[in-house]
Amino acid sequence: MRLSEVAEALEAEVLLGDGLLETEVAAAGAADMVSDVLFFGRPGMLLLTGLTKASVVRAAQVADLSAIVFVRGKRPDEEAVELARDLGIPVLLTSHSLYDSCGRLYARGLPGVIPARQRESPGIQ
Amino acid sequence: MEPTPTDRFANRYPILGGGFFLAGRASGEVKRRLSELSLPKELLRRVVIATYEAEMNIVIHAVSGEVAISVEGDAIRVVAKDRGPGIADVQEAMKLGFSTASEKARSLGFGAGMGLTNMQRCADEFRIASEVDRGTCVEMTFRPRPVDSKEEQQDDGN
Repeated sequence: MRLSEVAEALEAEVLLGDGLLETEVAAAGAADMVSDVLFFGRPGMLLLTGLTKASVVRAAQVADLSAIVFVRGKRPDEEAVELARDLGIPVLLTSHSLYDSCGRLYARGLPGVIPARQRESPGIQ
Repeated sequence: MEPTPTDRFANRYPILGGGFFLAGRASGEVKRRLSELSLPKELLRRVVIATYEAEMNIVIHAVSGEVAISVEGDAIRVVAKDRGPGIADVQEAMKLGFSTASEKARSLGFGAGMGLTNMQRCADEFRIASEVDRGTCVEMTFRPRPVDSKEEQQDDGN
C-alpha cells in the first residue's frame, strides 16, 4: 500500500513527507513503547502510535521504519517534528483512534508484521 | 601503509545521564557513520538498535557514560560503559518486563523492561558486568547473519 493510500484511508493530514507519498508500505505495527518498536519493528514498517515524543521518531530511524502515523488527533512535540524533518521521516496525523486506524488499514489489505516462520517471502524482513 | 581493518572505524560517544533532550543522538550518529561502510543491512540494523537501547539505559539510569564502537574485521563491537547505580541482580534485570525506569523515562515511552533482552537478541556475543554504586558495562559483538536466523526465530516465541 502506498503512503498516499494510507493517508486517504485514515483521512490523515500529511504533516511531513509530501514528496514521499508514493513510498510503498509493506506492513504496519502499532505501539506506544519505544522498546516494542525496536523489538518487533521491521524495515519499511509503518508505525501507528499515540506517543508524541522525539523518542518515537528516533526509534523509527533506528529500526528503519517508513513513516509514522500519530493517532487520535495527537500532535507530536516540536522536538519530535524537528527530528522527523531532519531525518526525512514522513509524519501523518489522523483523528481516528489507534484501534480504528489499524482496522481501517487492515481492512484495506495492509498486514501486520509477520513472524518469520509464517512468512512466505522474505519481502518484509 | 594500508589501514588495518580496525582502523576503518572506531569511535566513542559520551552520554549524559538524564540527558533526555539529547537522547538518541549518539545512536543516530553511529547509524550515519556505519552506513558509510556498506555493511550488510541486517547487521547495521541490529547494531544500531542495540546501541540505541544501550544509550537509553545510560540516559535513564546512569550519571554518565559512553558508547564505543569499533569495526574489527567483519565484526562490530559495541561497548557501553557507565558510571551509575549499577545493577544489584543482573539475572533479574535481564528478565523481560523488569524495569526500574523513572516516570520521566516512562513518559517518553521507555521502561518496558525489554532493553537488555533486545540487546542480547540483536548481538551475537553479549556480556554484562555490573557493580552496585559503581556502574555497568555491556559488551556486544555483532557479525553478519544469514537471513532468517536468531533474531527472527526468537520473534516467533514472543
